[in-house]
Amino acid sequence: MSTESIPAGRPADRLRDGDTPVTHAPSAAARKVGGVAGWIDDRTNGARGINYLLRKVFPHHWSFMLGEIAMYSLIICLLSGALLTIWFVPSAGHTVYDGSYVPLRGTQMSEAYASTLDISFDVKGGLLIRQIHHWAALMFLVGLTVHMFRVFFTGAFRKPRELNWVIGTVLALLAAIEGFAGYSLPDDLLSGTGIRAMEGFVQTAPVIGSYLAYAIFGGPFPGEAIIPRLYAAHVLLIPAILVGLFIAHIVLVAVHKHTQYPGPGRTNDNVVGHRVMPVYAATAGGFFFIVFGVITLISALFTINPIWAYGPYDPSPVTAGSQPDWYMGAYDGALRLLPGWLEFQIGGNTLSLNIALGALVLLPLVYIVLGSYPFVEKWVTGDDREHHLLDRPRNNPTRTGIGMAGIVAYSVFMFAAGNDIMAIKLGMSINDITWVFRIGLFVLPPLAFWVTKRICLSLQRRDRDLALHARESGRIIRGADGSFHERHDDLTDYERWILVQHEPVAPLQLEPEYDENGVARPAARKDRLRAKLSHFYFKDAVNPVTPAELAAAHHDGQQAEAIEAPFDYEGIEGDSDHTPGNGGVGADTNAGRGGIGSASRLRE
Amino acid sequence: MNEQDSTPTGGEVTRTGEFGSGAVRLDQGHIVGDGGIPERFQNPGFPPHAVRGADLDEAAAKRAERIVGGLFVMSILGTLGFIVAYFAIDSEATIFIPGTGSTNAVHAVLGICMALSLLGIGLGAVQWAKTLMNDHEAVEERHPQRSADADRAKFVEIMSDGDRESQLSRRPLIKYALGGALGLFAVPVVLPLIGGLGPLPGDDLSVSFWNGEQEEDGSYPNEPLRLMRDPQNTPIKASEVTIGSVFHVMPEGLLDLEEHILEAKAKAAVIVMRLDPDDIKSQKEKDWGHQGIVAYSKICTHVGCPVGLYEQQTHHLLCPCHQSTFDVTQDCKVIFGPAKRPLPQLPITVDDEGYLISKGPFREATGPSFWERGSA
Repeated sequence: MSTESIPAGRPADRLRDGDTPVTHAPSAAARKVGGVAGWIDDRTNGARGINYLLRKVFPHHWSFMLGEIAMYSLIICLLSGALLTIWFVPSAGHTVYDGSYVPLRGTQMSEAYASTLDISFDVKGGLLIRQIHHWAALMFLVGLTVHMFRVFFTGAFRKPRELNWVIGTVLALLAAIEGFAGYSLPDDLLSGTGIRAMEGFVQTAPVIGSYLAYAIFGGPFPGEAIIPRLYAAHVLLIPAILVGLFIAHIVLVAVHKHTQYPGPGRTNDNVVGHRVMPVYAATAGGFFFIVFGVITLISALFTINPIWAYGPYDPSPVTAGSQPDWYMGAYDGALRLLPGWLEFQIGGNTLSLNIALGALVLLPLVYIVLGSYPFVEKWVTGDDREHHLLDRPRNNPTRTGIGMAGIVAYSVFMFAAGNDIMAIKLGMSINDITWVFRIGLFVLPPLAFWVTKRICLSLQRRDRDLALHARESGRIIRGADGSFHERHDDLTDYERWILVQHEPVAPLQLEPEYDENGVARPAARKDRLRAKLSHFYFKDAVNPVTPAELAAAHHDGQQAEAIEAPFDYEGIEGDSDHTPGNGGVGADTNAGRGGIGSASRLRE
Repeated sequence: MNEQDSTPTGGEVTRTGEFGSGAVRLDQGHIVGDGGIPERFQNPGFPPHAVRGADLDEAAAKRAERIVGGLFVMSILGTLGFIVAYFAIDSEATIFIPGTGSTNAVHAVLGICMALSLLGIGLGAVQWAKTLMNDHEAVEERHPQRSADADRAKFVEIMSDGDRESQLSRRPLIKYALGGALGLFAVPVVLPLIGGLGPLPGDDLSVSFWNGEQEEDGSYPNEPLRLMRDPQNTPIKASEVTIGSVFHVMPEGLLDLEEHILEAKAKAAVIVMRLDPDDIKSQKEKDWGHQGIVAYSKICTHVGCPVGLYEQQTHHLLCPCHQSTFDVTQDCKVIFGPAKRPLPQLPITVDDEGYLISKGPFREATGPSFWERGSA
């Protein structure tokens, strides 16, 4: 299709059809550029690689821009952060403020806080850079998270991209830590309270807590070491790893070639989209400026983190409504929900699980669960093929349900960090709100799983319905015998393909407990678990319409429409190594060789 | 395909399933082909290319060109506006922006101009790509990630050749010695780092400024100290503490410190309240107080935020960070929220002049829990 020519609109163009194109001699400017490029290529052998990259094809879809938002926000953070280092003084050394913000003049504060005030009030445009830096950081975390949702729900983490998913998970964790280190630097009352809480978390680590806290803070809290140390982490250590992994992430995207959504002409073996030169360069490059522009506009209009309003850090006062930035909210929320009875005395020692669980366990746990999901799903499905075509989320209802349950659980934690704000805004008791969250944590994720899965199954059935019966036109036809029926408009092959392209799936089957000679062949516990999980994933799969079904529907709609087809164990073709995707369930065959024993066991 | 006029499919079927799709025969299952019909649908290939207005109509293309050019010009104007605003607007000037209120003029104008400058480039480039650039999709073939078998075999061969030529496997002494050396060489880098991170805590977390300066033999004087208002640094007469009032208190001398004042505050901050003695349910609390005046650590036993919110009517102390709620009438027992331990009480009395003084230090560590804090 790439060779199709643009339909000629003008008669003159039609006259020129088939002419060999005229080659013009390059212009003087082009020759100059060519000279420079030639000079570089003489020394680098770069033309081949660059040509390859410039001709690379990227599929396009709005959801592919979510990762770009994260990427560009990271670059904006790097740019604006580099500027901020020019003025920021990472020191807890005491000073008396004498800058132009009148309410704080004469106040004792750290040099870090004073220099942040100077950036905000005495450097022209400094506040804009600070705001861009903070908003871009928030946008980075948002973009990264939503990008992760897209990758999860479309199954883009499947082979060969598991490694890149893991890299992305580490990036997400580092981004959150980087953000925390960053917003802790100004040493204002709010961020200092955040560091105070962090110190409290560290202190509760079993056995080594107080040693760890004194090591991190260089002595008792707050000390003067934490600001320079956070600064080193924020501007050097974490960004170095972050940028390194980010480059690896992008390189792997190029190596794997981008995934694409299913559609007519799109297969697992091709990439359909625009080449880097010129279209993708223009859209993606332009999008960088759009993201930067939007962040700048937000920064100009909406103030984030007005550190001047909080005052310098002091361990004794505190402001009501102290909250971390959103990406740390889940852990703060967990701390609000965990009950106090989780603190235990063990032989004269104190084990504070009410804190350690929320801060020291939950944070790594979130990322470990995320990072390991592709491997779990791969084990359950046994699918070792490369996947470059994305799943429509509805076509994997269990995965989509799990994802939604995870998002809801995370959100319960995150919104719990705002329980005090909600109590004030809604005029409700904070105790009640906290209890709602506590209960919600256990009730809402399973509910979200169930609702999401049902919605997906319904959407799949709707797809089947549409594929089988096409669109109701609203036109009533009277037949020759006087009967009435509605005319249905056919789908085009292209429209139908979207609805039927996905692979039919079926749960894995255990081998029968006894082989044909009646010898016991106990399934390994691992296999049983795997069969159970596979059953959980695929037991109520709604498989795509087959050509046979469509033909039958056209022939006689009453006979063959199997909308609510349960998985038919008796009908399964005896194949213990039955991987999803190698054919549908043979309901019209009577073969019941294998799987019967196991099926009845699995069915419970 | 089918002629719907002669084979109605949807309308007149009795609705049986909850999905309203008409006849459902559960025993039919998922029907696959049985020979004549392929098992699955075939990919129909690319649909015909949709042509854009600017491809057909030179006037539309011209219009698109003008829009793109206009957006780039908007960017130039934004940048120029930024430069002008940077020099022309006074730093102190404020500007009213509808919706967000009054704000610093330089900040707002610089930001808006910069946003115009950036958005002009971005929107222009995207509009250009969408309307004028060739929009025929290109197709690239994918190849499996797996290298060719020959390459993988070659890799194994190179590695085993390397092993053979270096004699690594043949000479276990070298292998294990090198393994040990590589395993240990980072120690000189890491040890000074870990050793130099900070002092060991010792009993530092368990004592506070109320214990006084540590003596040479490691003991603390534990002498009475006056309760001083924070931040005024003035002593408090018991008679000034009326029922229902709250005082934020530091030990005498803390606020005069030249250095490490924040570290001292982080453990020694105290909140003083006066209750009707009849409201106090704990005898220990009464004994350690003075006529209903009680002093408690202001540092939350959860993660160490200041417990700054005192509800006068209910006698509850609330931590604003995680909402642990302490009941002052019950010796600051936790009645809600994530904290486990009550706030430590500071025993107080009055001196000869009628000022509140401590009757010794806290009897347990203030602030968040830690492993070796003891079970006090």
